[in-house]
Amino acid sequence: MPYRTNVLVCAGTGCVSGNSFGVAQTLENEIRKLGLDQEVQVIRTGCQGFCAEGPIVIVQPDGIFYCGVQQKDAVYIAQEHLLKGRPVRKLLYSPPAEKKPIPALKDIPFFAKQRLVVLRNRGAIDPERIDDYIAVDGYAALVKALTEMTPEQILGEIKKSGLRGRGGGGFPTGIKWETCRKAAVSRAVDPVVVCNADEGDPGAFMDRSIIESDPHSVVEGMIIGARAIGAKEGFVYIRHEYPIARERLKKALDQAREYGLLGENIFGTMMNFDIEIVQGAGAFVCGESTALMASLEGKVGEPRAKYIHTVEYGYKNRPTNLNNVETWANVPLIINRGAEWFTSMGSGDVSENPWGGSSGTKVFSLVGKVKNTGLIEVPMGIPLREIVFDIGGGIPEGRSFKAVQTGGPSGGCLPESALDMPVDFDSLTEAGSMMGSGGMIVMDDQTCMVDVARYFIAFLTEESCGKCVPCREGLRSSLDALNRITQGTGKPDDIGLLREIGEVMQDCCLCALGTSAANPVLSTIQYFKDEYEAHINKGVCPAGVCTALIEYQIDPEKCDGCHACVHGCSTNAIIGNVKQVHFIDKEKCIKCGACVEACKRNGILKVPRSHAA
Amino acid sequence: MPRLSIEDLKKIREESKATLTLRSGQARAKITVHMGTCGISAGARDVMGALLKEIEKLGLTDVIVTTSGCAGLCSREPMATVELRGEAPVKYVDLKPERILRVLREHVLEGKVVVDFALASGCETTA
Repeated sequence: MPYRTNVLVCAGTGCVSGNSFGVAQTLENEIRKLGLDQEVQVIRTGCQGFCAEGPIVIVQPDGIFYCGVQQKDAVYIAQEHLLKGRPVRKLLYSPPAEKKPIPALKDIPFFAKQRLVVLRNRGAIDPERIDDYIAVDGYAALVKALTEMTPEQILGEIKKSGLRGRGGGGFPTGIKWETCRKAAVSRAVDPVVVCNADEGDPGAFMDRSIIESDPHSVVEGMIIGARAIGAKEGFVYIRHEYPIARERLKKALDQAREYGLLGENIFGTMMNFDIEIVQGAGAFVCGESTALMASLEGKVGEPRAKYIHTVEYGYKNRPTNLNNVETWANVPLIINRGAEWFTSMGSGDVSENPWGGSSGTKVFSLVGKVKNTGLIEVPMGIPLREIVFDIGGGIPEGRSFKAVQTGGPSGGCLPESALDMPVDFDSLTEAGSMMGSGGMIVMDDQTCMVDVARYFIAFLTEESCGKCVPCREGLRSSLDALNRITQGTGKPDDIGLLREIGEVMQDCCLCALGTSAANPVLSTIQYFKDEYEAHINKGVCPAGVCTALIEYQIDPEKCDGCHACVHGCSTNAIIGNVKQVHFIDKEKCIKCGACVEACKRNGILKVPRSHAA
Repeated sequence: MPRLSIEDLKKIREESKATLTLRSGQARAKITVHMGTCGISAGARDVMGALLKEIEKLGLTDVIVTTSGCAGLCSREPMATVELRGEAPVKYVDLKPERILRVLREHVLEGKVVVDFALASGCETTA
């Protein structure tokens, strides 16, 4: 009697080295077990010629072609296909031509929801070649500003565009420029323009990336600004930790100088202007405008009170206009395409005054617990949810969303309920956070919000310059309280204390670093108070992060005494003989979690600390 | 180069635009390796090095290799963009030296997109 089905297993050299004999043997065993050995036979064939996808198995007369078959697959093929007649889809060969073509960039949510203005040239031009920048209409706005527009017209255009400071303050750029120009004219002192590239927020890299991918856009923006304000001198204050950005910026300045775009009589006009790079020395506070200017002068980088504005008395007491990298990079496009084009993007209404809304786009560095981390640019007013879930692709590893922190270390943490809020200057501030310079850190359910607040306050305590008491002492006391809470020794009135300190800091600190420093504490208390209470009242860290409040236990049901955890433990805290249930010596355990990683049976559990003596 | 007049700027623009978009000149392909800090720390220099070495070995004169900044999707660096004359650019992700060589061989020389590491084709939306 002929067999109803023949299973051809390739026994060419290629497939044999991929264990096709093992596959054939397994198939035969399974066929016998299933009682099909009178109906189905296994045939070892010569090379099928498709060695790259081996081991190959062909089922005839069905004509089904399986590739990359392993022994465990053979069991499955026998049960599913040979017994039940259902070809095993995942092992079917799919020829490259039939594979889905690669998607278009505009069909990938990460790219589709972005709108590139400042980053328009990212990845498209060589940042070290000025000709590349010129090819994409670079320096065309400068020509327009120099030959077709008066300084007043430039100021008017920037004011009308509603552009607000991208460093986080959100102050209308046009008003700043105008005030600076007026101060310079009335005092008859040469003004100065400064680009703030001292981006120090943990997890933020917007300004670095702008300079790295398109340095000339910043340079062009500054020259246009200098024309509007009447400045002959400009500085870029860039942090020491950005060597590539600094190098590219230096090259850009050299090339611009060589082409006569910086220096004297730019494009044969009366305009003289040049830019100098000044390197920061690693102080976070020097990103604050007055501290930055002190540092520029060679003094200790400390802020001063701002009842006298820097646009009137700034660097060396000269009228000084400081803008952030991203703000400068917006300028050439506004001049080129007009204020109306710019206001067509964004939220609110800036037609009456720039405070009425947020026009244009914003660049964010999207980091933390999202699938697509990266640098993004979105229109102002986009809902936070679209940034986290569409562009960011949601939370990885099947975890759930807990909070997103905007605005760097002194921003606030916003919960799920705030996700439908539009992202613009005013909405974020209203929700207890801020735009900041554009860091965006997403946190999942394994994040402890008290610990997050503690981390940022620890950072800010380190970075506080110490000049004013509310910041220096307020941060220190806040950190003490947060340390207590995360170590399980928090007092019931610590929440009230943290709030009180935070409010005093908001009212009394000298600079924006201090007035915003309490944001991480205040916003986490506002939205995640239950976590604080769990730590203080029950001694429990709900996310299982605070090491003082958790302990590790071995599940005796799962432990097979394999000793893997013993080898993984650096403090010899795991006791037990091979093939016997192990246990953890709590005295020695430092709760590093290495044993959890080492255990192959998921047998080590993180549980709340037990109070039993 | 002496100081530019406005006319010079226009001339440079037209000339560079033609090369940049592969409209004229000898090149029929352009490979852009994205070299922001993120790309470099993920290994873009090695990718670039391998690519340049191979192009020299093969004596290719009609392929431009250039650099640019971060392409945005930092978690998938090193990235590169391959553009053949008259075709939409294709972005590659998660590159390694041996992968860029495959891209060079299969995509640039043989005209077949390497689906395994290709993210997408086309350009981003600029406002």
